Amino acid sequence: MSLADQARGDLKLTGLHKRYPNGFVAVESLDLVIPQGSFFALLGPSGCGKTTTLRMVAGLEEATKGTIHIGDQDITDAKPYKRPVNTVFQNYALFPHLTIAENVAFGPKRRGAKDPAQEVKEILALTELTEQANKKPTQLSGGQQQRVALARAIINRPDVLLLDEPLGALDLKLRRAMQIELKRIQEEVGLTFVHVTHDQEEAMTMADTVAVMNKGRIEQMGAPYDLYTNPQTTFVANFLGRSNLIKGTVVGREGSGADAVVKVDMHGTIATIKASKVHTDSDHGWVGIRPEKVLIQPEGQAIDAPGAALSGAVVVDASYIGVSTDYTLRMPWGQEITCFEQNTGRRGGLIPVGTKVDVSWRPEFAFLLDSAQDAEAGLEED
Amino acid sequence: MITRVGNWIGKHLMLTLGILVLLYMYIPNFIVALMSFNDSSESRNLYQFQSFTWDNWLNPCAPQGMCESLRVSISIGLLATLVATIIGTLAAFALVRHRFEGRSTMNLVLFLPMATPEIVMGSSLLALFVAAGFGGQLGFWTVLIAHIMFCISFVVVTVRSRLAGLDSNLEKAASDLYANEWQTFWRITFPLVFPGILSAALLAFSLSFDDFIITNLNSGTTVTFPMFVWGAAQRGVPMQVNVIGTLMFLLALGIVIGGEVLSRRRAKGKAVTL
Repeated sequence: MSLADQARGDLKLTGLHKRYPNGFVAVESLDLVIPQGSFFALLGPSGCGKTTTLRMVAGLEEATKGTIHIGDQDITDAKPYKRPVNTVFQNYALFPHLTIAENVAFGPKRRGAKDPAQEVKEILALTELTEQANKKPTQLSGGQQQRVALARAIINRPDVLLLDEPLGALDLKLRRAMQIELKRIQEEVGLTFVHVTHDQEEAMTMADTVAVMNKGRIEQMGAPYDLYTNPQTTFVANFLGRSNLIKGTVVGREGSGADAVVKVDMHGTIATIKASKVHTDSDHGWVGIRPEKVLIQPEGQAIDAPGAALSGAVVVDASYIGVSTDYTLRMPWGQEITCFEQNTGRRGGLIPVGTKVDVSWRPEFAFLLDSAQDAEAGLEED
Repeated sequence: MITRVGNWIGKHLMLTLGILVLLYMYIPNFIVALMSFNDSSESRNLYQFQSFTWDNWLNPCAPQGMCESLRVSISIGLLATLVATIIGTLAAFALVRHRFEGRSTMNLVLFLPMATPEIVMGSSLLALFVAAGFGGQLGFWTVLIAHIMFCISFVVVTVRSRLAGLDSNLEKAASDLYANEWQTFWRITFPLVFPGILSAALLAFSLSFDDFIITNLNSGTTVTFPMFVWGAAQRGVPMQVNVIGTLMFLLALGIVIGGEVLSRRRAKGKAVTL
């Protein structure tokens, strides 16, 4: 089952562009390098172009412009069945008239593999489907069907495995289990996985690198930790997790190198933001802070954060959800911000609605975004 | 006693109605089967059961011309089915899979023959054949051409509905798994559409075998089985017709039951119980 010695390579998309005949541009001059052996996630809302990108790589959709390479091999115009790429389809697309074993053997047989039966046996064992080998797809549960779709693709040891919302049809509990399962299989077989999803938690759980897509472009790309702690646009800040965005004006810059900071006036209170987390050149910006980083205390009590605190906030809602409590606070200037507080028991109860509180955070967690961007971008529409 | 029966019927209204409908539908078949054992030689009244005999089954071809007409009908039926199924299936694929100019017009044009009264279609065809100079050659071939024509519509409609229900991702998945266009068609598309093609073919055959009006107008001196029965009915239908009728019914029953058993076995997954 060793494949490290085979010649493979990175997946390289250069200027990839897709314009539909009706004029809709699904993917706009996309440049992307996905390193060999990585677990890469394309994350974005529906219609952002992530599935179109995937289909162009699979050869199921023609690129309008640009090229697709795997290593040195140009596969832009290759037929789907000539590409060293396999896909796990969103609805699995299992062949209903074939047994599980026949479904899985479909690829190896077409490629003229030497011993398809042995390969099928191994892959069914890996995906824990040995018992189901002679059943038909309709006799399997959703989770099992999902594993068949995966087995049917990875048995071919493709250079790149494409997963199109592969867990979308499963219920939450099963989805969590399959995320871990997928990750395990990816590590075991060492293939390049490109995973398309709109579920940010799924992307962060599984992928080494996440690219957040919006309107046919990549907004930001990086490790889940970097994306979450240092979003560069309001879209990323809102789509990946949640953010409080507070209007501010830059009043000064201090220090240099790694210690460089920017001072921002937010409605009269000065916040300090690390220069590496400042993503605007203008004097106005959105000060961003994640809800779980927001610290609150009833008015006048000490907060475990250096620097100034915003005072005059009022608790307008407190939702107790077991591990944590979600507070909605109305700031003196009318904006509502969110605070998630772990229920460590330290406080000995909830802060009642109507209480006046002070708000602060550790300065290293804040980020500053361009004020020209929409503060509502990337919020899920209900 | 009467109230008890009434109660039972009340409680099982759906079942009672179902049984009545089934009786209504199948009594004719039962009568045909019964009459095939009728010994009619002694009586003038052909439509009354006289006495039991195996004679009709032992000498099915006794009435002059009957088996010849049956042979003609089966030949036309098989040929018309073959040609109409091929053309109709191809047309259904084109209509479902491709977006081309005139597609909706094509759908309508293909549907029209089904809606046209047979008498209109039959006489139009006759006029056409005569105008084209084939008035003297009416017979097997003109009937075949007519049958192929009206069977195509039914084949298209049947195959199209099957094809429309087919997930096009299956073909994409096949091509993603290294199957070229040819392999994708024969290994995925065809097996999945086949039940539709088969039922279209069965429908085409029974339509062709059954047809009287169009056939009668375009057959010249050729006699098909329905024409023979119609002609014979003027004098009294020979009991052997019932033998053929029973055989046809049993054949249809066998095909339906066979298909059902096959699809059930297939749905079960063939090796699970082994």
